[in-house]
Amino acid sequence: MIKHIDAASHTRGESQYIDDMWQPADLLHAAVYASPVAHGKIVSIEMQDALKVEGVAAVFTAQDIPGRNQHGTIIQDDLVLADKDVHYIGEPVAVVVARTPEIARAGVKRVRMEVKESPGVFDAREAYAKGEIIGQPLTFTLGDVDSVWEKCAIVVAGSTETGGQEHAYLETQSARVIPLEGNTWRVYASTQSPTAVQKTIALMLNIPFPQVEVDVPRLGGGFGGKEDQATQWAAIAALSAWKLKRPVQIVLSRAEDVRMTGKRHPYSSDFKMGLSKEGKILAYEVKMYQNAGATADLSPAILYRSLFHATNAYYVPNVRAFAVSCRTNLLSNTAFRGFGGPQGMFVIEAAIAKAAEKLGMAKEEIQRKNLIKEGEMFSYHQQVNAPRAERTWDEAMQIYKISDIKKEIQAYNDKHYETKKGCAVMPICFGISFTTTFLNQASALVHIYTDGNISVSTNGVEMGQGVNTNLTEITARALGVRPERIKIESNNTKRTVNMSASAASACTDLNGNALLHATAQLCERLYTFAASELKLADKAKVAVVAEKVLYDGKETGWNWDKLIISGYLNRVDLSAHGFYATPNIAFDAKSNQGNAFAYHVFGTAIIEVTVDCLRGTYDIDAVKLVHDGGSSVNQLILRGQVEGGLAQGLGWMTLEEIKFNEKGLLLSNALASYKVPETYFMPDDIQVKFLEGVDNPASPFGAKAVGEPPLMYGIGVFFAIRSAMQTFSPNKTFAFNAPMTPERVLMELHGDYLKEVQR
Amino acid sequence: MPTKIHFLLNDRAVCTSEPGGLLVLDYLRKKEHLAGTKEGCKEGDCGACVVLIGDLEGEKVHYRPVTSCLTPLGELQGKHLVTIEGLNLADDLSPVQQAIVAEGGSQCGFCTPGIVVSLTGFLMQEGWDVSPAGIKKALSGHLCRCTGYASLKRAGKILQNTIAKDLVQTKSRIETLIALGALPAYFRDIPARLRALPAMHTEEAALPSEFMVAGGTDIYVQKGEALPEARVKILNLYPEIRGITRQNGHIRIGALTTFEEIAHHPQILEIMPEMPQYLHLIASWQVCNRATLGGNIINASPIGDMTAIFLALEAELVLCEGIKSRSVAIKEFYKGYKKLDKTPGEILTEVVVPVRDRETKFNFEKVSKRKCLDIASVTSAVRVKLDKGAIGDIALTMGGVAPIPLFMRNTCAYLLGKPVSKDTVKGAMPVAQSEISPISDIRGSSDYKRLLVRQFLIAHLCKLFPESVKARDLI
Repeated sequence: MIKHIDAASHTRGESQYIDDMWQPADLLHAAVYASPVAHGKIVSIEMQDALKVEGVAAVFTAQDIPGRNQHGTIIQDDLVLADKDVHYIGEPVAVVVARTPEIARAGVKRVRMEVKESPGVFDAREAYAKGEIIGQPLTFTLGDVDSVWEKCAIVVAGSTETGGQEHAYLETQSARVIPLEGNTWRVYASTQSPTAVQKTIALMLNIPFPQVEVDVPRLGGGFGGKEDQATQWAAIAALSAWKLKRPVQIVLSRAEDVRMTGKRHPYSSDFKMGLSKEGKILAYEVKMYQNAGATADLSPAILYRSLFHATNAYYVPNVRAFAVSCRTNLLSNTAFRGFGGPQGMFVIEAAIAKAAEKLGMAKEEIQRKNLIKEGEMFSYHQQVNAPRAERTWDEAMQIYKISDIKKEIQAYNDKHYETKKGCAVMPICFGISFTTTFLNQASALVHIYTDGNISVSTNGVEMGQGVNTNLTEITARALGVRPERIKIESNNTKRTVNMSASAASACTDLNGNALLHATAQLCERLYTFAASELKLADKAKVAVVAEKVLYDGKETGWNWDKLIISGYLNRVDLSAHGFYATPNIAFDAKSNQGNAFAYHVFGTAIIEVTVDCLRGTYDIDAVKLVHDGGSSVNQLILRGQVEGGLAQGLGWMTLEEIKFNEKGLLLSNALASYKVPETYFMPDDIQVKFLEGVDNPASPFGAKAVGEPPLMYGIGVFFAIRSAMQTFSPNKTFAFNAPMTPERVLMELHGDYLKEVQR
Repeated sequence: MPTKIHFLLNDRAVCTSEPGGLLVLDYLRKKEHLAGTKEGCKEGDCGACVVLIGDLEGEKVHYRPVTSCLTPLGELQGKHLVTIEGLNLADDLSPVQQAIVAEGGSQCGFCTPGIVVSLTGFLMQEGWDVSPAGIKKALSGHLCRCTGYASLKRAGKILQNTIAKDLVQTKSRIETLIALGALPAYFRDIPARLRALPAMHTEEAALPSEFMVAGGTDIYVQKGEALPEARVKILNLYPEIRGITRQNGHIRIGALTTFEEIAHHPQILEIMPEMPQYLHLIASWQVCNRATLGGNIINASPIGDMTAIFLALEAELVLCEGIKSRSVAIKEFYKGYKKLDKTPGEILTEVVVPVRDRETKFNFEKVSKRKCLDIASVTSAVRVKLDKGAIGDIALTMGGVAPIPLFMRNTCAYLLGKPVSKDTVKGAMPVAQSEISPISDIRGSSDYKRLLVRQFLIAHLCKLFPESVKARDLI
């Protein structure tokens, strides 16, 4: 197992992000003037004062865009710079270009805009009621809920809220654009979607795609926040560079980044669930109102995933799941690890919690009884293949001894009054594939040099998730060479083209398979050549293992170096292009049915907490989980993704709270007012076990995708805290509103006191 | 001739005439192209920019990790500034770097250099144990959005299992760390090289300063854009107003004494034994190494944690202007939101705390969205002494419920002379509610803050007098 291939240079501070690259002497810096009002018509933009600032080179607005002023991928409603109207506070309106970023920001402060304000809508349900929706509402249907309700022993109904979430990637949005000869442009961008950046800039400047070269060395974190929303900043830098014929860089400050970029979508949902008296779920109906913010961005695709995962890891024979994307005058919400899945899963977990209360049954009992089994079907009519929901559940219960955990909690709670412990079990099921079928393609380009070293380019963007390490390991295994031989290149739109975003957890799957297609061609050529040179009868028995050329398992006397140099001298093509398109997936967007996913990832987590019911604070004591990672390519990378995703999920459910004021102004607008997990917040006791002896034919070497699924383990913390609160106040009913901040805990436990307070 | 600042940057001597108010972070990235120090938030919350500052203390240099995004360049005069580049060995990884690589403690890598600096800085602290608690303290000021910290904690465990034993009872940690390949050899000569640095050349100021900077942890967050260009008086160049002494039954704390120094000082621990535990609710190690008591008090934030504590201690503040000096009770110091009983020319030099007898008890309560290292929703301290079973002396403060750090005069008056009982607590509630005026903001709704005031009253008394007041009788 190799280590993260960038780790050594990361620890030495030698890895370069956009702002770290050596700067051309003539580099200019751009800063953005953003709308200070949530909704209105632009009357005028006053730029003269900004231009007077010494060192300001120019100020540009939408009027300066020669071509298409648009960066939306699904629906064309996302302007690079606001044109006639403004739709949210933080919408880019003008760009000031100057000698230094400080001067550019000083210029921004002197831009004035007159706006004829209109009322804003900020609430998803209100937007829906006013007909402000994006795309069409969607419904997934399985069986017939309406005919089942009256056969149910109990029916519960309720509402839930889940909040937004700031990505808080440590490297803010950044791009640098360098003019090359012949109206071509090199763009260094911190993006998960190099092709989206290329396309947007080319259409904006009215030039052919090949005249825009996008290069992505690495990202200082993405988490979905740079899937669609990196494009705008690169386009703004490109417009400035194109106008001035000078290199221009934009690096958002943290304050700008938080105030101008979209976040995870908040959802407001209603549920209804019917069960047998034994706790079998017979019918589930859900209505989800997604707060998309001002533009479509990826919201329609995210909405789909909320539906795909509306029944989580459970089989429900009768489902009606409705979801609608609602347009509001807030920052345009976007992809974030889980991509709508967590929002959908939260609702059914809430429904089960409520059903458990009504049936007087433990929540875990209902959860376990309804886990999806071989032959059963999801609400989108895909039959589950090799489900491991029950297996991960049962192993988790057995390894971590849930009965002991519950006994200890009971004993603690009997002894303590003001602090209470609670626990919850959270199973997850997450489908792997882009749900937009055509995106499930990738390409790779492999060159072997005459020194035997190998250059690999793919569509996979390294953002910390370890794709480059996985690709190194895959190449080394496929070619039989040492990992040190392999250089994974930056993503560059001149080396591999038409890239899907590095997203949907599918980056290693798609690019690893494309890479294997390339290496298979190289092996075929090299083994054929070796067989003929060495007079070996059957080329199928030639292999390279640990850099030795073997025939039928025995050494031939040739090694990798000899093979490559001989191949070169005999004019063997040492380059190969590989391509992969995920087979056997098809989803019909008319019927909302089909095999949307290549496979599913399963897992089960147990989360334990202690709540201080006097102060409303809590500690997460432990998270213990069993995860289905397939037969992983690299255990270190796998574990890192599980632990990191978990932290984000725990944060989303507890302390990460996005707040706006009544005018649509973001209040949680800095890392001082928006808190993400730090060392003390995360429990010391995190145990991660992987299923053993499992494979996955759809992925290179049998691994399973891992990027997004572990985030959803975090949902369990909400229910663990709630369970402790119920132990403290058994007669109170608690809402299903996340995040469960200390404020919410205390207000729910003791809010009655405020009625006594004399003001 | 402009002001010139002389210091050591990693292994070389630097003389710069860049403005003293310039941030060390900007200086490193923009003037020196030392890009290993990252800008993540520019407000001390993320730790991506952490560097070590070495001060000559006697024969040795004491290194402290600090957030370079809140540290003015002018303060480096005569000091050793160490960045990640200055910790790298020519052709090997240090044990800290190796441990992070081995455990997968670096994913996107953006936060990693700062973490390496803090962990190395932690190993350099004479007498500190390499324990899980210690490693967490070192990591506390760093946000990593990728790893969830588990792999970083495991990297700490590797350090504990490998080099920790070599660091016990060494004569010089620096020497040992050099021998272990954890520091480059040039660290050995730094004390001598610092002594040889020229003094700062300061141009006689023609105009008065526009800003005075102590630790900078708040003023740089508020006015970060203005300070590099402004006339800034860097108070840390006057180290005589730093340190803790005891005289005539009073603890005298220099206004520039940092949170970190206060929290571990024996005189402070004598009156507030739990001070080190309070500290990690308040701020990270890297910020506590910068934040000063004087800065906290003068900043006059209604939710200043240290202010709430020293208000409950009923400290006296010593204010100086030239040779004139006067004393004012902290209780009388706050006149309105950020309005102080202080003239613009006056500088807070000392905070004086009377040492009370051993029966005096103290408690601090704070609730914030994130339990540790966050700004409070409400922060509160109490100092209380019983007299024949009744409350004989009490000072209760609440932060975040009024425009000023609030001394709860009416509540204290109500409680005085009453027995410690649940009825007393209940009786005090309406009094407390009537003297606060919280507003709704990002730290919480006004209702929530009112509720917290009630909870804290209960918490203080339950914690200090568990025999007499029980939470189960009150909530």
